[in-house]
Amino acid sequence: MKPAAFDYVLPSSVEEAVSALAGEGDRKVLAGGQSLIPVMAMRLVAFDELIDLRAIDELKRIEITDDSATVGAMVRQATAEQHQELCAAVPLLGQALAHVGHFQIRNRGTIGGSIAHADPAAELPAVALALNASMEVAGQSGRRTVTAADFFESTFTTALAENEILTSIRFPIWGPQSGFAVEEISRRHGDFAIVGTACGVRIDNGAIAAASIGLFGMGSTPLRAPDAEALLIGTNPGDVDLGAIGTTAVGDLEPTSDVHASSEYRKAVGANVVAQAVTRAIEEAQRG
Amino acid sequence: MADITIIVNGTVHQLSVEPRKILADVLREDLGLTGTHLGCEHGVCGACTVIVDGDAVRSCLQFGVQADGASVTTIEGLSSADELTAVQQAMADHHGLQCGFCTPGMVVSITALLDANPDPDDQQIREGMSGNLCRCTGYQGILRAVRQAAEARST
Ligand SMILES: Cc1cc2nc3c(=O)[nH]c(=O)nc-3n(C[C@H](O)[C@H](O)[C@H](O)COP(=O)(O)OP(=O)(O)OC[C@H]3O[C@@H](n4cnc5c(N)ncnc54)[C@H](O)[C@@H]3O)c2cc1C
Ligand code: FES
Ligand code: FES
Repeated sequence: MKPAAFDYVLPSSVEEAVSALAGEGDRKVLAGGQSLIPVMAMRLVAFDELIDLRAIDELKRIEITDDSATVGAMVRQATAEQHQELCAAVPLLGQALAHVGHFQIRNRGTIGGSIAHADPAAELPAVALALNASMEVAGQSGRRTVTAADFFESTFTTALAENEILTSIRFPIWGPQSGFAVEEISRRHGDFAIVGTACGVRIDNGAIAAASIGLFGMGSTPLRAPDAEALLIGTNPGDVDLGAIGTTAVGDLEPTSDVHASSEYRKAVGANVVAQAVTRAIEEAQRG
Repeated sequence: MADITIIVNGTVHQLSVEPRKILADVLREDLGLTGTHLGCEHGVCGACTVIVDGDAVRSCLQFGVQADGASVTTIEGLSSADELTAVQQAMADHHGLQCGFCTPGMVVSITALLDANPDPDDQQIREGMSGNLCRCTGYQGILRAVRQAAEARST
């Protein structure tokens, strides 16, 4: 028993959770616990009260319409991974989930927990950013929507205010003739990536009409590669200069050096990982 | 303290636990089920793997209060006292254990892996077992044991 003592509350609605969060003292939301409990066990953090979201049905819904898929924050990673309709509508999400930890972690970890945690090496924040997802957020003053571009502010830091919770994530659906790929380098399967990418390409009338490249492990937040995306758009798939796409994607980034890899290594490998992922995404888009 | 009701290996228990007590400690200390091992206590090693409502999970990354109302199967609940499961037999046959510390978590994870995918290929076995660390065997015997257990369970 390593975590410091705390009071435990189990609200059954978003409103109850939000008002519990607004109380006195250090309070924190508990989702799947797969990132929060380790840091509590290491006594890096301690709280007066933990607010467990597991009993709130609203947060466990998956809703798919013609143009978007909305995933409740408390949908487990394993549930999303096994949800065929969701993975068909948002292929990048399903592909990325296979890289998140191990199946035992995904059996508890949630989609919202991963995104709210905002680890810069995590897959799902990069997927949200690449797809221009919108985050639905609830606080005491009501509900609001935050775009992925505005959501990820820094390492483990998001646009969520202290008394707000993430309720769901809405992923746009790209439609036919699009292809997606996730590529990453990690020491062992299931480890956090040293560097990786989640990208999508849509072809229209023989040319690339939309391109999105999300990067993780390359900075203090997930990142987009707008210059490389611009190079792709309007190009015939056969004429894509993959080397240039890769080097442009990492061009002016300055990833950190740490025990896992140097900054130079991250950039060199990042360029290749992007080139591979874009290749696979284009191939998939060409298949229809 | 919080009052919880959990079913462990088929038996209903009503317990009063501190919220900060992880499920592994509830199983080991309150229920005396010391087959569930704790290695790292922060989610990395997989020694503490148990099955909660059908899902293999790390019992060090779940508080006992979160398991209120749940049904838990531990290593003790997988087989009867005088009989080994196909997974346990395969681990013995292939020397899938040396010190045995990681073994309860390995056996629970292999069992869950094969329940979800009865005929995994090599890559799927390696990915499936990537969440369980062993400091002794070098893993080869464990991987062979998964293959044998998959075959034995399918016949
Ligand atoms: C061994 C191991 C390997 C892992 N490997 C990977 C990996 O390769 N890639 C990867 O991406 N992740 C990995 N993870 C992390 C895992 O995906 C976590 O499940 C995830 O990051 C957090 O989700 P959770 O539901 O467990 O959240 P929790 O741990 O419960 O919460 C994480 C943080 O988010 C906050 N939070 C959670 N939900 C909400 C909400 N709805 N609103 C507001 N705040 C909220 C919590 O307060 C907390 O600060 C790994 C974890 C482990 C233990
Ligand atoms: S003790 Fe739970 S994963 Fe190591
Ligand atoms: S047998 Fe010793 S740790 Fe695996």
